[in-house]
Amino acid sequence: MTTTLTNLTLKIWRQDGPGDAGRFETYQIPEISDEASFLEMLDVLNERLIGEGTEPVTFDHDCREGICGTCSLMIDGQAHGPQRGTATCQLHMRKFQSGDTIVIEPWRASAFPIIKDLMVDRSAFDRIVEAGGYISADTGGAPDANLIPIPKPVADAAMDAAACIGCGACVAACPNGAANLFTAAKVTHLNLLPQGQAERFKRVEAMVETMDEYFGSCTNHGECEAACPKEISIDVIALMNADYRKAKFKNRKALSRI
Amino acid sequence: MTVTLDAKIPAGPLADKWDNFKADEKLVNPANKRKFKILIVGTGLAGASAAATLAELGYQVEAFTFHDSPRRAHSIAAQGGINAAKNYKGDGDSIHRLFYDTIKGGDFRAREANVHRLAQVSVDIIDQMVAQGVPFAREYGGLLDNRSFGGAQVSRTFYARGQTGQQLLLGAYQQMARQVGLGNVKLWNRTELVDIVVVDGRCAGIVTRDLLTGEVRSHSGHAVVLCTGGYGNAFFLSTNAMACNTSAIWRAHRRGAYFANPCYTQIHPTCIPQSDEFQSKLTLMSESLRNDGRVWVPKNADDHRPPHQIPEDERDYYLERLYPSFGNLAPRDISSRAAKRAVDSGRGVGPLKNGVYLDFSDAIGRLGKAVVEERYGNLFEMYERITGENPYDVPMRIYPASHYTMGGLWVDYELMTTIPGLYAAGEANFSDHGANRLGASALMQGLSDGYFVLPYTISNYLAPWLNKPIPDTSHPEFAKVEAEARDRFRQYLSVGGTRSPDWFHRELGKIIWDYCGMERSREGLEKALGEIPALYAEFQKDLRVTGDAESVNQTLEKAGRVDDFFQLGMVMCQDALVREESCGGHFRVEHQTEEGEALRNDDEFAHVTAWEWSGDPTRPIEHREQLEYEVVKFQTRSYK
Ligand SMILES: Cc1cc2nc3c(=O)[nH]c(=O)nc-3n(C[C@H](O)[C@H](O)[C@H](O)COP(=O)(O)OP(=O)(O)OC[C@H]3O[C@@H](n4cnc5c(N)ncnc54)[C@H](O)[C@@H]3O)c2cc1C
Ligand code: FES
Repeated sequence: MTTTLTNLTLKIWRQDGPGDAGRFETYQIPEISDEASFLEMLDVLNERLIGEGTEPVTFDHDCREGICGTCSLMIDGQAHGPQRGTATCQLHMRKFQSGDTIVIEPWRASAFPIIKDLMVDRSAFDRIVEAGGYISADTGGAPDANLIPIPKPVADAAMDAAACIGCGACVAACPNGAANLFTAAKVTHLNLLPQGQAERFKRVEAMVETMDEYFGSCTNHGECEAACPKEISIDVIALMNADYRKAKFKNRKALSRI
Repeated sequence: MTVTLDAKIPAGPLADKWDNFKADEKLVNPANKRKFKILIVGTGLAGASAAATLAELGYQVEAFTFHDSPRRAHSIAAQGGINAAKNYKGDGDSIHRLFYDTIKGGDFRAREANVHRLAQVSVDIIDQMVAQGVPFAREYGGLLDNRSFGGAQVSRTFYARGQTGQQLLLGAYQQMARQVGLGNVKLWNRTELVDIVVVDGRCAGIVTRDLLTGEVRSHSGHAVVLCTGGYGNAFFLSTNAMACNTSAIWRAHRRGAYFANPCYTQIHPTCIPQSDEFQSKLTLMSESLRNDGRVWVPKNADDHRPPHQIPEDERDYYLERLYPSFGNLAPRDISSRAAKRAVDSGRGVGPLKNGVYLDFSDAIGRLGKAVVEERYGNLFEMYERITGENPYDVPMRIYPASHYTMGGLWVDYELMTTIPGLYAAGEANFSDHGANRLGASALMQGLSDGYFVLPYTISNYLAPWLNKPIPDTSHPEFAKVEAEARDRFRQYLSVGGTRSPDWFHRELGKIIWDYCGMERSREGLEKALGEIPALYAEFQKDLRVTGDAESVNQTLEKAGRVDDFFQLGMVMCQDALVREESCGGHFRVEHQTEEGEALRNDDEFAHVTAWEWSGDPTRPIEHREQLEYEVVKFQTRSYK
């Protein structure tokens, strides 16, 4: 049943804005129920800070159900904290102990500039999707949905990859700040499906090259897979790389025919 | 004085109305479309699908969201599925049946013509989403799978694991992202609408605030579409995402858009109960759990024993007792009220005595743990992550929570509000669900509005404006509205009181929940109409917002949203007070049968109540739209 954690020390990254150097500040949480979620613990701290007339800690969050991908905290050096397969908003205080010191930082990656405190700008992800993370099918012209049967294992594998919530933990966990897991998850989702075949090679080329404009390069550390709250397999990166190599070859050949 | 609102329903038999509309509407030719600019606020299912489609057609589109990315809209959280009258199972489904189920589920308080159109276009939605690559569940033969949902006797719900909303939103978002990449949609993220600008009686544009820099600026356009979601967070605790709010539709309301049926709110019976006073939101547990779980509370209010020590004959399986034919599968509104009554009688369970048990021990005994795990494993895991309790060993604890709002801006058949040029789509409008929404119908409605309705209806409004000048942002009205917005945000900062916006929101939510939640009474509503203005006065005197208006300030954003929830809360209670009947999610204790069931009054209340802003939220002006039923006949819902 419910117990109370006492005497927690939080070391939180505070940064007034993009230009500010930033620093850690220390806050005490004298007690908190172990039923509270990690973000509710921060809510309590923020209520107290407002009461004291100081600015609360800025952090991104929304659904608090592990699906929107908005929450994004580095907790004790781990993206989304200690519980595997769990986004920050789903993490609860029962995973901690009285007397713990907890270090809370924003995602750190050159492609994700810090906006304020723990809030970062992840819009580079949208740029990758805009470059090709879609199937071009204008509204209105679609054939009957059951016209193309899709084998269940293919649909399931596409769904596994499509489960990505776009939180950016993979980038934050990667020593190179690479976005390969994010990009490959979308490439895999669309490239596995029959509907995605027409643009398969154009898609992978455009997405990979846009990714390279913003993010570091992948050297197969595998930290991304371990940090992913949806436990997306690193195998998707192999598929993306294979398709990219084929694309370079095929697309060049297609162009030479013009 | 009440005026009868005209919904502009096309002529002809019900099944032909939509085709008749399309045959008669005014069109804008392809080359002229680029001369029109459409501003779309909100990029959830409704907004993203509308933005993508209108851009594909050739209009200039600008899309606004307060989120950092359109992919984060609250639509992402929908779990269960989306309905469509495909009849792929050959189990007797049809457009008429989906139409009828939706009207009946809405307790005969929705507009026939809109609901019929929704059922008609539902089939196109599935085709469109599959074309976008949405990985819906499939059978082994490769065809699409369906499941059944509450309020229907056919299997018409399409789903993508427990993440249907996520996959649909990503599909619509990607379709819109393509148009952003092509330069046809301009995307304004982290940008919040803070007001609407009306010039000469027509919507001329919007005023936004940049959430990163605090910059307040104007945008003009030929038409504005609000796809800004529901207001379920008026209750503070709800299953909605934290940022869901009423501000966009409320600000439009204050500029002249009528607000319809604000008291029609849906309370979902199976959510995880509140665990402490810091609780920030409630988590939905899928309704499907009630297929195998049994709901009970101890018979004795002072029973403090752990559940497994309470013998069978000292348990009250109250749904099975009260509704023997539907049992644990009684509809949402009925199950929610029964749970409330059990808890109110002091028989609630859990440390705060604020829940009821949903017990799987019989199912585990009957089917084996493996089968239960296969059916509900992911839900059990989610429950354990949140509560720390293992539902294989200990019964789940559940309690109803605010989930969806059927009310919203009044719109006509073309989805236009009472301000010409201003449209509302998705959960933001009131149009299709009457007094109660069926499961898996909100996703359908959002995509129907955005993909298949607005793109047709909007040209009917735009066509006559071809080559005519419209006011741009240099018109003095824009400057005036901008100044008012700046003043409002400055005002929140200057109150200098002691309490945070969250504190006020929580207190406001308690009042609305207690008096305008699952059960309403004249006495309670009158009390709420005394307490809310009093708390609002305190909000205006004792609010504290730290920081400034020129950089990221989440406390300031919250203050504006809570301000609007206060005003909305007053109108919700007012609406619940004048509706002297019980229907769907609106249950007035004065209007119930001897067995405690809802008692509708079709003679006096088969209408939509649409409120006009009077300048004072305690005195909104009432208007009505009479609901005419040409095809369906009134019936009493019974689940005994
Ligand atoms: C937990 C949960 C589960 C659900 N499951 C189902 C289900 O299984 N099936 C079903 O059919 N329905 C379900 N629903 C309901 C359904 O998800 C919603 O009704 C629907 O997704 C609403 O879509 P929308 O496009 O209208 O709005 P939303 O998705 O809420 O989008 C609102 C958009 O408006 C923007 N916005 C809002 N205000 C402003 C402003 N002032 N300025 C700028 N932008 C603004 C937001 O940024 C966002 O982009 C569920 C709801 C919940 C809470
Ligand atoms: S807040 Fe939505 S995933 Fe964490």
